[in-house]
Amino acid sequence: MTEIRFSGFGGQGIIRCGLIAGKALSLFDNKQATMTQSFGPEARGSACSSQLVVSDDRVLYPYISAPEILVSMSQEAYEKYEPELRDDGLLLIDKDLVKAKPPRGKIKSYSIPSTRFAEELGNRIIANLVMLGFFTAVTRVVSPEAMKKALPGLVPGRFLELNIKAFDKGYEYGKKILADEKKPKPTKQKVKK
Amino acid sequence: MKKTKADPKGVLTGAHYLDGDHALAEGALAAGCRFFAGYPITPSTETAERFAERIPMVGGVFIQMEDELASIAALIGAAWGGKKVMTVTSGPGFSLMMENIGLACMLETPLVIANVQRGGPSTGLPTLTGQQDMMQVKWGSHGDYAIIALSPDSPQECFDLCVEAFNLSEIYRVPTFVMTDECVGHMHEKVVIPPAEEIELVERKWYTGPKDKYLPFKPDTDMIPFMVKVGDGYRFHITGLTHDERGYPVINAECQNVCVPHLVDKINLNADKIIKIEEDETDNAEVIVISYGITSRVTTRAVRKARKAGIKVGTIRLITVWPFPEKRIKELAKKIKAFVVPEINYGQMVYEVERSAFGQAPVIHVPHCGGWVHDPEDIFKAIKEASK
Repeated sequence: MTEIRFSGFGGQGIIRCGLIAGKALSLFDNKQATMTQSFGPEARGSACSSQLVVSDDRVLYPYISAPEILVSMSQEAYEKYEPELRDDGLLLIDKDLVKAKPPRGKIKSYSIPSTRFAEELGNRIIANLVMLGFFTAVTRVVSPEAMKKALPGLVPGRFLELNIKAFDKGYEYGKKILADEKKPKPTKQKVKK
Repeated sequence: MKKTKADPKGVLTGAHYLDGDHALAEGALAAGCRFFAGYPITPSTETAERFAERIPMVGGVFIQMEDELASIAALIGAAWGGKKVMTVTSGPGFSLMMENIGLACMLETPLVIANVQRGGPSTGLPTLTGQQDMMQVKWGSHGDYAIIALSPDSPQECFDLCVEAFNLSEIYRVPTFVMTDECVGHMHEKVVIPPAEEIELVERKWYTGPKDKYLPFKPDTDMIPFMVKVGDGYRFHITGLTHDERGYPVINAECQNVCVPHLVDKINLNADKIIKIEEDETDNAEVIVISYGITSRVTTRAVRKARKAGIKVGTIRLITVWPFPEKRIKELAKKIKAFVVPEINYGQMVYEVERSAFGQAPVIHVPHCGGWVHDPEDIFKAIKEASK
């Protein structure tokens, strides 16, 4: 079982992230994924989040308690939800929007300029798709094929291609980061005296 | 009882990722509901929204009424006009519906009401869950009457039980309730909608005799009177007053003693046919946990832990909540150490379990006053206590 939280501010498409990933997992990756969202006084601009519980069997307890994966696309959301992330969890942030503290415990942290990439692609509104591509590459919880299959119906038809482009951008960036991690770090050359 | 298949126009066959609220709307459309009158209230509004969005494609009517009183009144009218009808509400909206729910029962009108329960009393917790209207659904309107209530544990069951609710309301000519809650209503999961030809529906029992001989409240051999469509030329009268078979008011004890027992008996005497429960390992159980809706899923987690700890624990999930499966509970009470009843309220269905257990087995309640689901640990502790 995996617990995931997507977080950011209202208007960034945070709930949509949960919906897309949940649909991809449930309909195309043969998993059981239960998505819940925070219903509070969230308005455009304040902290907002969606939660996914992913399992091979039926999800019994629908809410998350200590997520393995936290995706944060705003400073406020990061500060609100970082403390509940497991000590060995994965943290994914938008590096231009979140200033993260040094990671605690064995938390692995990855960052991407998702909003900047989205702006480069022509519209910041697809920053969530850049993040989802990045999420897919780094966490490997869900397959990229399933994610793309999940998009029709959840993004406006005329922007489907742009959303896929955004997803690919984030996905490639994530793959590259993982590949770079595997490369042996250059050892310091000994200076011959 | 004439069985039919669903009209493919209303059936969104396929696998979807839906929340419980949307699944309710799809269940209604699949069941042939073509009239929805309601007043928006959190956390049930999404059902109304989806119905409003989908109904132009299917053919039917959606009306946003001025309030919940009018919503039920409109349903009663549309049902007598020949439609399958539904509304959805929560919290204070459910309270406002009570008077006309009594009228619908008195007029033996088939209609479906979904209550996406939130924490109460009063305005309470609009965006958070509760199971606190379980007694209100049974007793909320004044006088003696009977209803049917179902409790789904997932968006999939919101679809399935909504279809079932329409069938039951047609068979028994009675308001039927889908008692879900905010957690299930707002939770997204996979929902598989079968092809139309696999969805079995029940057609309303239409009267086809001479126009001047129709009696709207004369019980047929199965206790259920025939219906006609208003406007088809049948002359008849319906009233909330105590009435005879013709529907004419008769204000005396003799008529009351025919009219009211009929309303109650048509459900109670058919209880065995109506009731659906899900049992797991109840045969050799020492402890049986009885739960419904979202709480039954959380319960499963506690039960697994208890079984690992060596406790012989069985479960009963109430799919039908009303009529209550008292016979089965009474039977099991003789064989076990105790019942455990977790529910998201401060004591409702637990009293039915106590009543049915008839003093043969103690009943331990695990209350939760709403806003969240139980911590499975609390249910586990109660099971442990019960096994002693």
